[in-house]
Amino acid sequence: MVSHQLSFSMNLSAARSRRIRKPTLPERPVIEFEDVSFTFNRHPVLEAVNFSVKEREFVSIVGPNGSGKTTLLKLMLGLIHPQAGSVRVFGDRPEHARRRIGYMPQHAHLDPQFPVDVMSVVLMGRLGHSRSFGPYTRVDKEIARNALRQMDMWERRKSHFSALSGGQRQRVLIARALATRPELLLLDEPTAGLDLAVETELSELLHSLAEHLTIILVSHDFAFVSRYVNRVLCVKRTVVAHPTSEVVGETITRLYGSSLKMVRHDKTNSGASGPCAHS
Amino acid sequence: MCAFLIDLQQHLFLQYALLTGALASVACGVIGAFVLVKRITYIAGGIAHSVLGGMGLALFLQKNGHWEAVTPLHGAVAAAILSALIIGVVSLRAKQREDTVIGALWAVGMAVGVLFISRTPGYNTDLMSYLFGNILMVSTRELWFLVGLDVVVVAAGLAFYNQFVAVCFDGEFAALRGLKVDFFYLLLLCLTALTTVVLAMVVGLVMVIALLTLPTAIAEFFSKTLARMMVLSCVLCFGFTSAGLAVSYGPDLPVGATTILIAGAAYLTMIVVKRLALPGSIGP
Ligand SMILES: Nc1ncnc2c1ncn2[C@@H]1O[C@H](COP(=O)(O)OP(=O)(O)OP(=O)(O)O)[C@@H](O)[C@H]1O
Ligand SMILES: [Mg+2]
Repeated sequence: MVSHQLSFSMNLSAARSRRIRKPTLPERPVIEFEDVSFTFNRHPVLEAVNFSVKEREFVSIVGPNGSGKTTLLKLMLGLIHPQAGSVRVFGDRPEHARRRIGYMPQHAHLDPQFPVDVMSVVLMGRLGHSRSFGPYTRVDKEIARNALRQMDMWERRKSHFSALSGGQRQRVLIARALATRPELLLLDEPTAGLDLAVETELSELLHSLAEHLTIILVSHDFAFVSRYVNRVLCVKRTVVAHPTSEVVGETITRLYGSSLKMVRHDKTNSGASGPCAHS
Repeated sequence: MCAFLIDLQQHLFLQYALLTGALASVACGVIGAFVLVKRITYIAGGIAHSVLGGMGLALFLQKNGHWEAVTPLHGAVAAAILSALIIGVVSLRAKQREDTVIGALWAVGMAVGVLFISRTPGYNTDLMSYLFGNILMVSTRELWFLVGLDVVVVAAGLAFYNQFVAVCFDGEFAALRGLKVDFFYLLLLCLTALTTVVLAMVVGLVMVIALLTLPTAIAEFFSKTLARMMVLSCVLCFGFTSAGLAVSYGPDLPVGATTILIAGAAYLTMIVVKRLALPGSIGP
């Protein structure tokens, strides 16, 4: 992988110096993890993680509680840094790629009393695209309105954010992530706390968005996962990637242990009863 | 009260006092709202008290060192910005030491101020007016200086309104959108520092905190958004400073203390009414 990259960049500079037409390059991955290890206070969370995600892929991250799914997303955002290995996003350092990413955190640490209405929260997704001072533009408001409509929260746009239910707040935070008009969308357990109708709508929406952008989502919802995503990343200390069709029950048991029964209510069509089959 | 209204038309010092209250109210409305939602009242308190150090030093230089151009107001601004930056950097780098540093600046600033003022002729009146306000003695020059501070504070607060809201509401997300979160935090502390200087002209630096928080706390109850909270607390603050002036004028009470008591009474009334009207709600 390293040597491949080296020759790749040499080709580029050679092309530039000779002023010849750039050869059509192979599609650059959106995310590249190379031998990434991460520890929290000497407690290893991820070890030797290698995977990449291509453009316009729809990928799901699954794994038991505490396996490092959120950690994986935070590494992609450059909110934390690996002790070893390298993370590249759009071929760049994560901090530089941030503005192209829309993120919905699993636990947003928000002040429940904060005086802010729903529309203002979604508009925050426009920061970094909009002017660097002064009010939001009409385009910003238009985009925020669309995002709210997509999450079916337009009627509540003037509500106090703290007056919403947990699931409604989550929808607003998804709308905020959509309002960033990202090229890469990271959603950390977006379906947790959503009712069935909204969940179905969200999955339809993501399915249609996946035509234009790369989506990575953490989910324990195997019905959701096996129905829509192209690939599944199984996390447990390390990361194993599977095409969705490979994902069968046996390995979920291996990954999740006995907790499997609780989640095995799925309605999949392709004989796959859930994600993750290491065989 | 009537005497106040009649004299207001004749005496320039009363008009200046009213104007000072208005200037303070605008700054208080805009910045006080951010201070409340970011929960940095304690930092504002530390800054306000440490300001005495700068005022004392400037007064000493003016009177004893014959630096005529340096006024206590200049000293106040310098000290306020300095403590804001010190507290800000500490709270960004070593959050766990923030409390200690605030406490230290609070007391050390006052000690420095008291020492310098004690070495300056006119010890008692100066010290008392800095601590408890001298809104009736604001000069034309000071008024213009306050106008300048107000313009800076309000312009910055409104120009970066969206950025400040985002940083206060969800710093992580703001950082992910490419905002310089630390910069905006330090800027907010500096604007808070300048606001405490303006407010100190009205009620004195000991009571700044009350004027910074009480109108905003009342406004918060009636506001869904920060912008509305700002407008409302601005109006309330002006109401309190004007009422303080009017009520204290006849019986010749200290203006600052009267203002704070009126604001406090309003806040208390709001809580009681709220409790009676909405028995289900919890907390102020
Ligand atoms: N701030 C922290 N300090 C120390 N350890 C942490 C911290 N955050 C996470 N960890 C550890 O890192 C590991 C991975 O955490 P992570 O949040 O990535 O799990 P997750 O897969 O997202 O779990 P969940 O399904 O519960 O969301 C956990 O074992 C946890 O103990
Ligand atoms: Mg998680």
